[in-house]
Amino acid sequence: MAIEVRIPTILRSYTDGAKSVEGSGATLAELLADLEARHGGLRERLVDDKGLRRFVNVYLNDEDVRFLGGLETPLKDGDAVTVLPAVAGGATAGAAAGAAAGAAAGPGPVA
Amino acid sequence: MLTISGALHDKIVAHARADHPDEACGVVAGPAGTDRADRFIPMTNSARSPTFYEFDSMELLRTWREMDERDEEPVIIYHSHTATEAYPSRTDISYANEPGAHYVLVSTRDAEHAEFRSFRISSGVVTEEEVRVTQE
Repeated sequence: MAIEVRIPTILRSYTDGAKSVEGSGATLAELLADLEARHGGLRERLVDDKGLRRFVNVYLNDEDVRFLGGLETPLKDGDAVTVLPAVAGGATAGAAAGAAAGAAAGPGPVA
Repeated sequence: MLTISGALHDKIVAHARADHPDEACGVVAGPAGTDRADRFIPMTNSARSPTFYEFDSMELLRTWREMDERDEEPVIIYHSHTATEAYPSRTDISYANEPGAHYVLVSTRDAEHAEFRSFRISSGVVTEEEVRVTQE
């Protein structure tokens, strides 16, 4: 079962420069485990022990997997998965940090 | 050095002013490999915050896909600081994922004069660069 996975520039060091790679799995978690076998280190950049990293976006076809089922999102042959790091930042000055900045302080950065 | 037309410079500043006191953000795309800032793409700050920005995730997918189809790159990634100087914060540095892009910061803390500065951010290292505004 082949699923195309598009890799962003910043993570192509794990794919020998390839813009997209193929993998297989019945769920996103299985797909990432399958990719890890050939592209060691990639999975770590996408997930932590709580699930998908906060500042990495993974899309199944045209949907953000956060609104599907996260790592349990079911996949099928012919699906296309796209990985894009969030484009984020901001002044976030200490005590002045708002709710969004609080969320940012949680998981580590993507790169 | 960042070279940018006066028209694009003014569009970025106008977007920052329009969203003040929240941070504004967006991209200027250009043909891959040319370093030419061409196509202005204002983005929605899904955080809608005066101290944080994040490109809306669906707009991010659409925009990056469109750039890919047109063989473009994000030449400039811009955002505003609304109460502090136009210099990358620690948050900006830790989330900077495009080492090839010019990171433009605009400060709108002064109502009359907008600071407009450009930086390279790569592997946690910030390097300020000259900004040359051309007449077009």
